[in-house]
Amino acid sequence: MSDRTEVSSQPPLIDVQDVHYAVGTHSVFSGLNVRVAVGKITAIMGPSGTGKTTLLRLIMGQIVPQSGRISVFGQDVGALKRRELYALRQRVGLLFQNGALLTGMSVFDNVAFPVREHARLPEPVLRKLVLMKLQAVGLRGAAELMPSELSGGMARRVALARAIVMDPEVLLYDEPFVGLDPISKGVILRLIQSLNKTLHITSVLVSHDVQEISAIADHTYLLSSGVVVADGNPAELKQDASAVVHQFMTGAPDGPVPFHYPAADYNAQLLER
Amino acid sequence: MSASAARGQAIRSNLIKIGAVTRFLLRVLGQALPALSRPRLLIEQIYNAGARSLVIIMLCGLFVGMVLGLQGYDLLARFGSESALGVAAALGLIRELGPVLTALLFAGRAGTALASEIGLMRATDQLTAMEMMAVDPVRYVVAPRFLGGFIAMPLLTAIFDCIGIYGTQLIGVVMMRIPTGTFWSQTVNSVELRDIREGVIKSLVFGLACSLIAVYEGYYAEPTAEGVGLATTRTVVTSAVMVLMLDYVLTAAFL
Repeated sequence: MSDRTEVSSQPPLIDVQDVHYAVGTHSVFSGLNVRVAVGKITAIMGPSGTGKTTLLRLIMGQIVPQSGRISVFGQDVGALKRRELYALRQRVGLLFQNGALLTGMSVFDNVAFPVREHARLPEPVLRKLVLMKLQAVGLRGAAELMPSELSGGMARRVALARAIVMDPEVLLYDEPFVGLDPISKGVILRLIQSLNKTLHITSVLVSHDVQEISAIADHTYLLSSGVVVADGNPAELKQDASAVVHQFMTGAPDGPVPFHYPAADYNAQLLER
Repeated sequence: MSASAARGQAIRSNLIKIGAVTRFLLRVLGQALPALSRPRLLIEQIYNAGARSLVIIMLCGLFVGMVLGLQGYDLLARFGSESALGVAAALGLIRELGPVLTALLFAGRAGTALASEIGLMRATDQLTAMEMMAVDPVRYVVAPRFLGGFIAMPLLTAIFDCIGIYGTQLIGVVMMRIPTGTFWSQTVNSVELRDIREGVIKSLVFGLACSLIAVYEGYYAEPTAEGVGLATTRTVVTSAVMVLMLDYVLTAAFL
């Protein structure tokens, strides 16, 4: 499927090539191919349990595939030493599904954390930088709050400020819209778009929110059963005739992804003594 | 599976666990110097493990000393040697009870707090988030907590010993009317530097063991509520067993 993915003439920023990954005997990916173009918003969609978050962990080098190659900025992530991997991670931001803020420090310190760890900035400069990032996500006024005092949407915006504080070239979003009210969803959607457009941050969104993704993604991959079953821009996916794509895009409860978990015969099970 | 095969399997898995803990210790020690270069983080952890355990350590030290006073007086009175109460209590506390009881209390108070804190950070993706921000959680989270516990233990032991001896003095001098001069002069004359050295070495070893067990269990806790609970329980149980085992080995080595 990915063969027809030519969204940019530049080499892809993230290139996942024929990746096989299994946990024990359970195969998660069996020949996955995904390419992320520079400066674009690429979405990875698919039903729950298809390994979307696992793909992000593979891209970040937290886990290593059994076979295949994942290159980020042209570097083979699986072959990097810890020091090289950490250097690469400084160029990539990751927004966790739950924000993953450090609960022992304030919003300000959370956003300042990566800078304090990686750069020696004078405190007044650091303060300005953090306040600018918090202003970008609309939470400058919440700088002194603790993470426990934030709503889910606010926590995610703080995490977004933290993810962009080191000015990454790529931002990976893990289910950025899950569990948010419509207003917060809209805010995050607008932020993702503006970060992409104004800061030219290449964005990878892992999500199953068809509407939101359709609104902002330049290119979408649909995963199912460990492979890419379809890819293209949102309009192309909506036109796709395959049953899997149709079921996912329309939210039909039954189809190639069955409503029922595999089980013994219903009647036989009810009638057995 | 035959009984011998099961035994072999158990020995093998225990050896693997010991290997894993040793490797983890080396990794933590490798990050100890960078952790020392951040005194603020370290002082915070010494405060958490040490100062926050002070009340329970002092209270227990006082009562242990007072019980030693009562029991010791009763025993020594049978031989007409009540005046040796101070010596008996001081030696017992400095060489044995101080380090061991402080370590057991430390495991229950500070060890569980460490394990559950780190375990919860694991369960809420905070450790993973650090890794993704290219910050080694062993350097930022584990090493300062390990060092904090390791440094706090001998200090807590010294305080436990002092309060314990004061407790014995309360019983011996104030209640049982042993002359103050006799009590203290015998104590000071009989406690030697090697007794204190034994206590200090024991407390350092226990500090290393208890802190290591706590941070290891927390760091490798299953990222679930149940997993964090189990890690906390394992911290107390393993620490208690290790402290008592190590105490036997060290006592045998010092005698």
